[in-house]
Amino acid sequence: MDSTSTGTMSLPQMIGRASLYAILFLFALYFLAPLFIMVITSVKPMDEIRTGTLIALPKAPTLEPWLKAWGSATIGVANEGIKGFFMNSLRIAIPAVLISTLIGAVNGYVLSKWKFKGSDTFFAMLLMGCFIPFQVILLPMARTLGVLGLSGTVSGLVLVHTVYGLAFTTLFFRNFYVGIPDELVNAAKIDGAGFWRIFWKIMLPVSKPIFMVTIIWQTTQIWNDFLFGVCFSTGETQPVTVALNNLVNTSASVKEYNVDMAAAIIAALPTLFVYFAAGKYFVRGLTAGAVKG
Amino acid sequence: MASLVIDEVFKRFGSVEVLKGINICIEPGEFLVLVGPSGCGKSTLLNLIAGLDSISAGEIRIGDRVVNAIPPKDRDIAMVFQSYALYPNMTIRKNLSFGLETRKVPKAEIEQQIEKVAEILQIENLLDRKPSQLSGGQRQRVAMGRAIARDPLIFLFDEPLSNLDAKLRVEMRAEIKKLHKRLGTTIVYVTHDQIEAMTMADRIAIMKDGVVQQFDTPNGVYSNPSNLFVAGFIGSPSMNFIPVSFEQQERSLGVVLTNSKGQECFIPVNSDFVPGQRAVMGIRPENITDTNAGLGNRQQIVELESEVRVIEPTGPDTLVHVELNSTEVICRSCPEFAGDAGASMKLALDTSKILFFDEESGERLDGRLS
Repeated sequence: MDSTSTGTMSLPQMIGRASLYAILFLFALYFLAPLFIMVITSVKPMDEIRTGTLIALPKAPTLEPWLKAWGSATIGVANEGIKGFFMNSLRIAIPAVLISTLIGAVNGYVLSKWKFKGSDTFFAMLLMGCFIPFQVILLPMARTLGVLGLSGTVSGLVLVHTVYGLAFTTLFFRNFYVGIPDELVNAAKIDGAGFWRIFWKIMLPVSKPIFMVTIIWQTTQIWNDFLFGVCFSTGETQPVTVALNNLVNTSASVKEYNVDMAAAIIAALPTLFVYFAAGKYFVRGLTAGAVKG
Repeated sequence: MASLVIDEVFKRFGSVEVLKGINICIEPGEFLVLVGPSGCGKSTLLNLIAGLDSISAGEIRIGDRVVNAIPPKDRDIAMVFQSYALYPNMTIRKNLSFGLETRKVPKAEIEQQIEKVAEILQIENLLDRKPSQLSGGQRQRVAMGRAIARDPLIFLFDEPLSNLDAKLRVEMRAEIKKLHKRLGTTIVYVTHDQIEAMTMADRIAIMKDGVVQQFDTPNGVYSNPSNLFVAGFIGSPSMNFIPVSFEQQERSLGVVLTNSKGQECFIPVNSDFVPGQRAVMGIRPENITDTNAGLGNRQQIVELESEVRVIEPTGPDTLVHVELNSTEVICRSCPEFAGDAGASMKLALDTSKILFFDEESGERLDGRLS
């Protein structure tokens, strides 16, 4: 560290440093290549794709594939693009993320600050939920949704994602709240505040980092989910991930790679957005409490 | 202002008994200090008074009310925590008003109360800051302000000064005492620092292993400790404990002190001890001093001589380490009369201040020397 800041590096150090950057640069290229190809392919007309190479830059860039992917591509039997399915995903992800995060916050608050007899056992059991593979709960969940009359509905998927996310959100919040001194809660109790007032006025205002972490985590999980989407929804109510798969698999005379690429990018945009908007909190939130006792 | 009665209180965590029958009773307006080494149960007892933990057996009364089953918010108490526990997301003003707002005090009255408290504690200029922007001493003031603003029946302090530096601690100590004079509210104060206990308390409860060892005034615990633990805990440097055995010499019973050169000095005792009986003799450093100090009654002074091992000048006094009965003994001497290390020094021992304790149990064996 010292030698870099003073600018007096010996030759071996400089070679070491240079090769380090070179390797990092190559890795960056390697990881960015697929995204690069997706983006350039999505703005190429079909004849350029047929005649050019994979990495050739577009000669006549066009937004046509994007518009088609959004509004008029053929998915299944309809020619309406992924627009409707994108909206489905929003309708699933937003409530499921908010509900599971809020319940997780309350759970974490109870399990850290209002311990009851057996609360640690309860927490341990809840943690098991993090390790249950998706496939295991497909059948019981299908049956449950059937009994509740929610089969194949957006609300059904909201329920599935909320329930499945609770183990993680509770874990996040509980571990965060354990790091908040009990004295703070005791002070508020003596000040006359009850369970909810302490939660709203004392705990929530200091929870921003962990909210960010949980929201990023849940948004990514729920938005990117394919298995639940494909199992518990049909036709109109499918999320965008399932629709993307159907779009690519729909057999047509010509394989429209540019439309497929555009649709894939559109489907990935919200998670990218969440990372860019709140990413700095992610690292900060995950490491919070790790350093200060 | 209210009285506080703690009646045969037990606290168990599972099979571990943390408090074993605590009995303490203080008058309205008194300043009670609970003091003891860590793990003695003093903070647990404070939590029981606050209602943050439940009592296993016994009864706590605040005023005339049994509070065992009353939740903290309805006990009309206020507490100052060791870590201050200021609400980090709120301004100081909000911190002070939170308890009042929770209790639905009218807005105008809250304003007035905060003005008053801020003036008492001189924190007017901090009201719009966040706790993270304050120094340790300022946070301490705000934490006290939050308690005062509520105007409770009893203040509870949980080691409030232990996070401050030495100088600030002394200042705040005096400040809390002044505050108590001004407000007159009953205070229960927990500390592990015997100097805080001695300087602030009206009454001290010295605890160890979940038992109150002695409950008395500061003067009482200092000059009349009930056992070895209390005698050793209170006072700095702490009391000297010298193993002795009683002997009959001519007509009187007494104990013999032997210095490092084997010279003996006989101290007569007037009480009912038996020749051959062994005991621990306790004497505070200020009661063995140089011969020029002019300790009380001349007839009660015994002079002896011993070789000086180490001297520790503290400024006003010099602590002289000597050896008596093969035990290191600290004497407090006037700096100009303190001998040098290695030299021989004449010491005056005030026999009226000698205490005896049982070797086994540590209990006080009564009978001061005449």
